[in-house]
Amino acid sequence: MAGYVLMFLLAAAIVMAFAGAAKARRTADAVPGKTHSRPIYHGLNAAIWTGIPAFVFLLLWLFLQNTVIDHLVLSAYPGVEAMDASARSIAISEVRQIVAGNIFKQPTPEALAAADHLRSLQAISGWVIATVAFASAAIGAFLAWRFVGKRARARHSVERAVSIFMLLSSLAAIITTIGIVTSLVFEAMRFFSMVPVQEFLFGLRWEPQIALRADQVAGQGAFGVIPVIFGTVVISLIAMLVAVPTGIYSAIYLTEYSPARFRAVVKPLLEILAGIPTVVYGFFAVLTVAPAVRDLGTAIGIPAEPNSALAAGLVMGVMIIPFISSLSDDAFAAVPRALRDGSLALGATKGETIKKVLLPAALPGIIGGVLLALSRAIGETMIVVMAAGLIATMTLNPFASVTTVTVQIVTLLIGDAEFDNPKTLAAFALGLVLFVITLGLNLIALRTVRRFREKY
Amino acid sequence: MNMMAETTTEAKQVQPMSEPSFKMLGRNVSVHYGAKQALFNVNLAVRQNTVTALIGPSGCGKSTFLRCLNRMNDTIDNCRVSGEITLDGQDIYDAAIDVVELRARVGMVFQKPNPFPKSIYENVAYGPRIHGLARSRADLDQIVETSLQKAGLWSEVKDRLNEPGTGLSGGQQQRLCIARAVAVSPEVILMDEPCSALDPIATARVEELIHELRSNFTIVIVTHSMQQAARVSQRTAMFHLGNLVEENDTDKIFTNPDEQRTQDYIMGRFG
Ligand SMILES: Nc1ncnc2c1ncn2[C@@H]1O[C@H](COP(=O)(O)OP(=O)(O)OP(=O)(O)O)[C@@H](O)[C@H]1O
Ligand SMILES: [Mg+2]
Repeated sequence: MAGYVLMFLLAAAIVMAFAGAAKARRTADAVPGKTHSRPIYHGLNAAIWTGIPAFVFLLLWLFLQNTVIDHLVLSAYPGVEAMDASARSIAISEVRQIVAGNIFKQPTPEALAAADHLRSLQAISGWVIATVAFASAAIGAFLAWRFVGKRARARHSVERAVSIFMLLSSLAAIITTIGIVTSLVFEAMRFFSMVPVQEFLFGLRWEPQIALRADQVAGQGAFGVIPVIFGTVVISLIAMLVAVPTGIYSAIYLTEYSPARFRAVVKPLLEILAGIPTVVYGFFAVLTVAPAVRDLGTAIGIPAEPNSALAAGLVMGVMIIPFISSLSDDAFAAVPRALRDGSLALGATKGETIKKVLLPAALPGIIGGVLLALSRAIGETMIVVMAAGLIATMTLNPFASVTTVTVQIVTLLIGDAEFDNPKTLAAFALGLVLFVITLGLNLIALRTVRRFREKY
Repeated sequence: MNMMAETTTEAKQVQPMSEPSFKMLGRNVSVHYGAKQALFNVNLAVRQNTVTALIGPSGCGKSTFLRCLNRMNDTIDNCRVSGEITLDGQDIYDAAIDVVELRARVGMVFQKPNPFPKSIYENVAYGPRIHGLARSRADLDQIVETSLQKAGLWSEVKDRLNEPGTGLSGGQQQRLCIARAVAVSPEVILMDEPCSALDPIATARVEELIHELRSNFTIVIVTHSMQQAARVSQRTAMFHLGNLVEENDTDKIFTNPDEQRTQDYIMGRFG
């Protein structure tokens, strides 16, 4: 039903667009004097008034109808007062299955009655949609039609509609973020009702293997986040040690020293590096870098584990080089030529000019690139899932195996996830921690950038 | 690197000795941008402690010639300079000359004020720092103060040396750039239309300054304003289509030039 209504609305809007424009043209020709809005605006205006209110209603209705219908069906279900939340959701999904025609076992008479109830409600809902949408389109079309006139300000009306649409588009990202954070916080709260916050934040042991059933033999479980964060920090640090100097030096070389032909080849290549799927980097880390690191460890007499922090960090560093180099490159290129000339004309060498004039002027852009890279490193999942370890150990030895926040989130959610025990819910708490860390990083970044900003 | 001096055979035949009062001397200077020739065999002398004005219609090569004098053309990829330019009798395009040292001796002020995005103090201290001219912080403070004084900016900025140079007015910025150039104690200062972005009052201030600087420095200034050339310079060189039309005492150029083209340009008949 909703589909037909949608098609009807579209057709009505198009018809009204042409009709409105035609009427506007007629009135413009009939009366002498200056017209306010061109016919196309009257057409668009008519289309908007005809289609949009009905469309918004349709969206809202579709969004809410299932919840409302479920509620109505359940409240009429015999014995509903005795059911708890999960029994209710089982009941309603059974009813929906019956309506959809998937019957696995002989349904109870209550369920069949409820299914009939559901069907009738859905039919009513369909008719409500059709009637209201039609009425709304008709009223809108009538108003817009009457509105068309010599001095009518259709252009203003259309522009306002467009600007509202743009406002909503820009809000979409914000609203989505708020939604994600809210659900994260909500689930994390459930986790914290089982594991105390201070134990999670300051605990030094991370052993999330707990018994799921009473008869299982397993550890008590410990949810101290520190060792996990420690692993993330160590790997990110190694990655940044690789990527920051390499990225900045490559940007300096490409903008200031390289011959044009070299730049023309290397710059696109660097950007291709950014397009390699991280899972491919993961292969590279496991198959090539990790054995090499182990050999290196053996050679210098440090026992290296197969999943060393160094291997994951090195590969991750290579992965984020393009972010830093590309953004730094842009930052250097954006420094006006007059500043370079001013410095060179004072007898500064190229190196001095880069160090004392270009670098400070480009610093905000560079910091932006570094922080983007850092949040990529902290949030990066695939490489560490493949190349880092699973056991949370607190060590600074780069040849040892460490785990990261992202790896733990993945392992906690893999398998039979039940969202009512601390093991699974811990993933949300970890996600929240990750979010807070990157948010903090960005805030620090903004402040640093503002402090060091050299305006030109 | 992309442009070593091509000392032509003609240039070799000219006597290498220059008159002592000539600070810089250009002989047979030709400049190409790629295939396009912008200067044709220019011969021009710049006298010590004198303000030399370069005038001529737009695109005639004034800036190009000016930029040859401190080898700023080196920074332009497809630019080629030939002929000979000397500073105190020494060929500045010679391989023995370090371009960094040359630019410390021949400073430059640009058309648009281009202070660094640093504090006023750091702007002036920039040159002395990289050339190691100050032994102590007190030395550096002294250099900054005298440079700003010479540029006539000290009284306006002495209480806010730590504020950004970019926060000054256009005229103040240009005087800051002059102070910055003066701070490395150059022998010659090149100015490319230094007042074109300034209002009349700031212009008058800079002109006054040029007048005072003459006792310590040799100055070459490019200008589109005939009045300015007449007011600040002692010698004037007229360029047209990449050629030096004539070069003489400013009084002579503006009252009784030898060349008809100069007369026409000064009277505003072309350009
Ligand atoms: N970087 C460059 N690349 C190519 N051609 C250039 C370049 N700079 C200048 N030219 C050309 O060289 C000629 C002389 O330019 P120049 O800038 O010296 O003129 P100008 O006398 O300073 O003019 P204006 O008074 O407008 O500043 C012009 O024809 C110009 O197009
Ligand atoms: Mg010029």
